[in-house]
Amino acid sequence: MLDSLRRRPRLAFALLAVLLAALPFIMGFGLGNSWVRVLDFVLLYVLLAIGLNIVVGYAGLLDLGYIAFYALGAYLYAWLASPHFGLHLPFWVVLPIGAAFAGLFGVLLGAPTLRLRGDYLAIVTLGFGEIIRIFMNNLNAPFNLTNGPQGMNLIDPVSVAGFSFGKTLHIFGLSLPPTYFYYYLFLAFTLLAIFIALRLQDSRIGRAWAAIREDEVAAAAMGINTRNLKLLAFAMGASFGGLAGGLFAAFQGFISPESFTLWESILVLCMIVLGGMGNIPGVILGAVLLTMIPEALRYIGDLQRATLGHVVVDPSDLRMLLFGVALVGMMLFRPAGLLPSRQRKREFAAEDGVAEQEQASLYDAKA
Amino acid sequence: MDIFLQQLVNGLVLGSIYALVALGYTMVYGILELINFAHGEVTMIGAMVALSVIGVLMGAAPDLPGVMVVLAGILVAIPACMALAFGIEKVAYRPLRKAPRLAPLITAIGVSIILQNLAMLIWGRQYVSFPPLLPVARFEFLGAHISLLQIVIVVLAVTIMAGLWLLVEKSRLGRAMRATAQSKEVAELMGVNVDRVISATFIIGAAIAAIAGVMVSAYYGLAHYYMGFMLGLKAFSAAVLGGIGNIAGAMLGGLLLGVIEALGAGYIGDITGGFLGSHYQDVFAFFVLILVLVFRPSGLLGERVANRA
Repeated sequence: MLDSLRRRPRLAFALLAVLLAALPFIMGFGLGNSWVRVLDFVLLYVLLAIGLNIVVGYAGLLDLGYIAFYALGAYLYAWLASPHFGLHLPFWVVLPIGAAFAGLFGVLLGAPTLRLRGDYLAIVTLGFGEIIRIFMNNLNAPFNLTNGPQGMNLIDPVSVAGFSFGKTLHIFGLSLPPTYFYYYLFLAFTLLAIFIALRLQDSRIGRAWAAIREDEVAAAAMGINTRNLKLLAFAMGASFGGLAGGLFAAFQGFISPESFTLWESILVLCMIVLGGMGNIPGVILGAVLLTMIPEALRYIGDLQRATLGHVVVDPSDLRMLLFGVALVGMMLFRPAGLLPSRQRKREFAAEDGVAEQEQASLYDAKA
Repeated sequence: MDIFLQQLVNGLVLGSIYALVALGYTMVYGILELINFAHGEVTMIGAMVALSVIGVLMGAAPDLPGVMVVLAGILVAIPACMALAFGIEKVAYRPLRKAPRLAPLITAIGVSIILQNLAMLIWGRQYVSFPPLLPVARFEFLGAHISLLQIVIVVLAVTIMAGLWLLVEKSRLGRAMRATAQSKEVAELMGVNVDRVISATFIIGAAIAAIAGVMVSAYYGLAHYYMGFMLGLKAFSAAVLGGIGNIAGAMLGGLLLGVIEALGAGYIGDITGGFLGSHYQDVFAFFVLILVLVFRPSGLLGERVANRA
């Protein structure tokens, strides 16, 4: 079955397109409308994971504050399209501005950290992410910029040609909640992002990033402008994050600093590590799994009620715990990820000597 | 001036707690070059275990003096944290010693999540309060208030640091630790049991963390399953500030960070004309961290290594 599809890529693409188009209806009518919402979040996280993968997977810059860019995109959307400042710009104006705004901050973060590598970079980016969150949490005085911990609400939904995505549509006897429309919007952006990321990978820029990731000194000796390319990686990754943030703000209609904690950054990082860093299908798989599994775990509560008569352990408490166990187990038993890129697979399968060399080059403070 | 002195005192007390936690980070980083993310959670577990023991003892033997009860809590928390750290190292870090550096960092984060959530399941989501068992004597010194607890914390912290310093510089184990930090391979050739040294490093760090955890909860009067996270980040910042891998650096960095934070929180309102208030206290640690890493990545006391960081 798979073999015959591989020989006929056009048919495979057509089947995939039909599946993606029908998916919200399959999920919505099969499992309930709440799952369409989950699908929307899956797409948002795929978008985020692809953006972070540019920074971490392609260029090898370990970023633990990625969610800050998501937050910046979301807040910018809220500033330009909500009653907060009385501005109501359309989404096709706000989203590019949000992406550019986040990209600018990506460069601002990248510039002072160019000399740092590995763990140190991880900690600085983590600090940056926390700083952004603390400012969002406190900038309600002396002038009210972010509305503080209460967050900003009544953010305009996306509307296309007078059709607002914010209302439930009743058509042909069906009622379609907003989650359906956002699914297709997010899908379009996600496919665009996948396309860009795939094209980038094999481009001159992508190969230069790979060179920097493997050995920065050697890359510079080969004439690669490491400074500009690292800044470009930060900016591109950040603008993907900003775009996702804008979409998130429009979709939710409400944002608060709660949504942009360090754990979100770590979650997105885990997606790309679990799926297979640097490999787009792996990254997508990681994002899908890590968004879906916690949702599926909600059923543990029902299971307990059915078997034990009452809920012993609250499933929402259990979710993060299992998530941690999965992270540790994954690293111990399949450290290259579920779908590793061919190159990383080779590196992990190599002899000890190569593995040590790898350890010395990738994310190493000592060059 | 009163405020200055008061904030200085508060900063030194908080800083000596940061320094104790920072020691655990810096020792592990010195040997394994691993950011042991779970260390903050070990501190939290120490506080929680001690509080549980204190709660049980208060119910079982209400006539026992408060200081004894707290001491008993600490004495149970220390071995609990040591066993925990030993297990963490064995299960989550040791198998990954040859893996790319990102792998143990991710397991460290995973262990951190596991410990937080286990603590939440065991002790609940709400704050656990530290019972008023300790004497609340206060002294006045040049217009600044100093409580007995603050003095005990600082004295105890300094004693522990001195003890650790002696251990690392003078004892056989300390020499093995320093050798392992320089080169695992050569240390092994010289007959050092590297695995045992690494375990010992984790265990010592955890014992100190347990004490620090009890100090924090006694100082703030609270413990919470989430308390290890911020504490850990700040302690790590302190370790970096002093020069990671350097034990004296961790002590200096901890004290400095505590003072910077306290003074910063006390004066930020005046400096920025009321634009930023004391609720930005948590930001200082990160600003300090970023500034240090950008301008002097080796930290205050760390030696300069070519092309490092």
